[in-house]
Amino acid sequence: MSSLVPFWFIVIAFLWTGFFILEGFDFGVGMLHDLVGTDDAGRRAAINTIGPLWDGNEVWLIVAGASMFAAFPGWYATMFSAFNLALVLILVALIARGLAFEYRGKRDAVRWRRSWDVALIAGSFLAPLLIGVALGDLLHGLPIDSAQNYTGSFWELLQPYGIFTGVTLVLVSALHGATFLSLKTTGELHERAGLLARRVAPFTGALVVGFIIWTHVTHTNAFFLNTIELLAILAALAAVWLVYERRAGFAFAATTVTIASCIVSIFVGLYPSVMVSSTNAAFDLTARNTASAPYTLKVMSVVALILLPLVLAYQAWSYYVFRRRVSRSDFQPNASPAPQSR
Amino acid sequence: MTNVDLARWQFAFVTINHFFFVPVTIGLAFLTALLQTAWYRTKRDEYLRLTKFFGTLLVINVAIGVVTGLVQEFQFGMDWGAYSRLVGNIFGAPLAMEGLAAFFLESTFLGLWLFGWDKLPRLIHLLTIWAVSLGTVLSALFIMAANSWMQHPLGFVMVHGKPQLNDIWALFTNPVFLWAYAKVLLASLVTGAAVMLAVSAWQLRHGRDRDVFVRSARMALIVLVPAILFTLLVGDELGVIEARYQPMKIAAAEAQWKTCQPCSFSLFQIGGGNNDHTPTQILEIPHLLSLLATNHWNGKVIGLTPLQHQYTAKYGPGYYVPNVFIQYWSMRAMAYLGVVVLLIGVWGLWLIRRKKLATSRRFLWVAVWAAVLPFLMNTGGWLLTESGRQPWVVQGIMLTKNGISPSLPTTWIAISLGVFVAVYAVIATVDLLLMLKYSRRPLQPARADADYDAPVPAVQY
Repeated sequence: MSSLVPFWFIVIAFLWTGFFILEGFDFGVGMLHDLVGTDDAGRRAAINTIGPLWDGNEVWLIVAGASMFAAFPGWYATMFSAFNLALVLILVALIARGLAFEYRGKRDAVRWRRSWDVALIAGSFLAPLLIGVALGDLLHGLPIDSAQNYTGSFWELLQPYGIFTGVTLVLVSALHGATFLSLKTTGELHERAGLLARRVAPFTGALVVGFIIWTHVTHTNAFFLNTIELLAILAALAAVWLVYERRAGFAFAATTVTIASCIVSIFVGLYPSVMVSSTNAAFDLTARNTASAPYTLKVMSVVALILLPLVLAYQAWSYYVFRRRVSRSDFQPNASPAPQSR
Repeated sequence: MTNVDLARWQFAFVTINHFFFVPVTIGLAFLTALLQTAWYRTKRDEYLRLTKFFGTLLVINVAIGVVTGLVQEFQFGMDWGAYSRLVGNIFGAPLAMEGLAAFFLESTFLGLWLFGWDKLPRLIHLLTIWAVSLGTVLSALFIMAANSWMQHPLGFVMVHGKPQLNDIWALFTNPVFLWAYAKVLLASLVTGAAVMLAVSAWQLRHGRDRDVFVRSARMALIVLVPAILFTLLVGDELGVIEARYQPMKIAAAEAQWKTCQPCSFSLFQIGGGNNDHTPTQILEIPHLLSLLATNHWNGKVIGLTPLQHQYTAKYGPGYYVPNVFIQYWSMRAMAYLGVVVLLIGVWGLWLIRRKKLATSRRFLWVAVWAAVLPFLMNTGGWLLTESGRQPWVVQGIMLTKNGISPSLPTTWIAISLGVFVAVYAVIATVDLLLMLKYSRRPLQPARADADYDAPVPAVQY
């Protein structure tokens, strides 16, 4: 078997990690926009920090899913079938969020906007929670038979470790969003985002430590944490400290490393499996026994190696274009007329 | 209902809904890019105002295309696990390429275009909308390559009874793909142009900004007429290709149970369906089916009954005839409405020539309602293509009933179907209301050029 199988495992892990780094703060902004902005102008300002970016960030999830389909069809088939109903909920959450961004400002009515605010908040909580449950379950193990089919019920998806993973990711996303907001806003929004970050940070730090230890004991008997698990704990603690030191830029860097290393630690714990079977260890789905045809992996490697750097380049450029901080005053009703009212 | 029936209903429901928004996006992205190019070249305010006006409509649709696209991407694994497992190494590849090449491009550059009015130089900003348009066109390319592989699978070898990709280029040189892709792009242009025409016509009927909306109406017509003409021609050629690789599909579209040569085409029929092999066919046009299916005046079309015998001999016992009623009528709905759209378009061109486009109230009324037709045509086309492939999910390789996730409880599929129907009903309602609202909004004044440097963010949300 070719070495492209582990390579594609890394690509999948990279895509999920990229998704959480980017969409993580989108989720956080969605959860917190109502607390950071106390009036409509403030809320709009908060939402507009991610306005041009969230859509491109969400594509990371689509590409992660599609890449699993192409590179590990067996993994994609088992996982997506097992999480069928959970995925319906995830999709509803993501749909609610996406529509809230686009449609909130389309009508100037208080009830309309408040309804979409609720959709945005609910969707932003639910999505990382449920995706976290799903990722946690991969490592914890689910009832899977010898034919790689899920045999459990819906409730068996709610494993304690999975739920803890979900809750951790919600809190990490919240902190990530708060540090992002405090980096991207000015004045009172900046202040309140910092305040929220300080409120959330201790809980996030504690959960990350708990999550890493639980992850560690789930996949190994070794005593010492591996590098990535250590990194996650250090980054989380650093994030807490930097939030209290009010170093917005470094705090955001620290939450970025935290969320990334949490996701990576799940995938590192998984490998060489991709889905653990709680029925029988012999039924584990592995990178090898779910991998696509070698020729497909070769083709996809060429495509990914050409396109991914390009994608990273133009996404980075779009972040550069929209680097300016957003102010509440930009969205005051009596401010200069908007060039494009959406 | 069995699991397979429920899952098929779900897939059809979700996909047909998705494809209401996709062609609008492909078509309007291109037309908006054309408008902005006109503004870039002429620097005339009306083109800028139109760009922003139709750009807003584009964005409303992209939002829905994106969120319903998520469902599209996930549902193969959710309900069709056995299918995903068997053909993921082939079918999954163009899907992943679509994400990498098209979705990132489309979404990132849409953000740049939408929020970049004040932040990017004029030329770069123009290029961002073209990048969006390129993204939509690439997206269709990969998804059509994947779908065409299901219609006419090639580029693989069977290894232990499982298809394994061995030639990726075969997917992109598949004759079904080449013609179906051309058809989808043209149909999208028709849809986008029809929407633009309808909106312009409504505005003209209400006497708003005549000199501006007459420009967009004219542009829409100039795109619409050749696009619908070529859609019909390409559709005809696609029929010939499909008759070659999927003879059941075309024989069912004519409810042709017996082999015929030459074959006539019936305009209508009474009765029909899979249990009525002798429907009353009305207004038969001699030789037309031969022409449509084979490009030859006296071409032979093998009937459904002999095909069924061939298939049972080849694939074993089973019923291989698709739903004849759906085939017969979806094909006719598509073709007849296509001709209606063509006639409306030609009428519009004639009015342009007579310089009466902005004043012919009868035409403007018809043009508003004509926007419905491309959506019906698109749906008819997909029903013809997808239902005509049944009972196969991948022609000759896997039956639809074998593609479903084996361990899925019926209640799960029923629940997810219910949830999607409810959510999509909300989405469609909101989209329709917003499209109507923003289509009827007066055209916004253009800002003075000096404003472009003002430190005002492009407020969007």
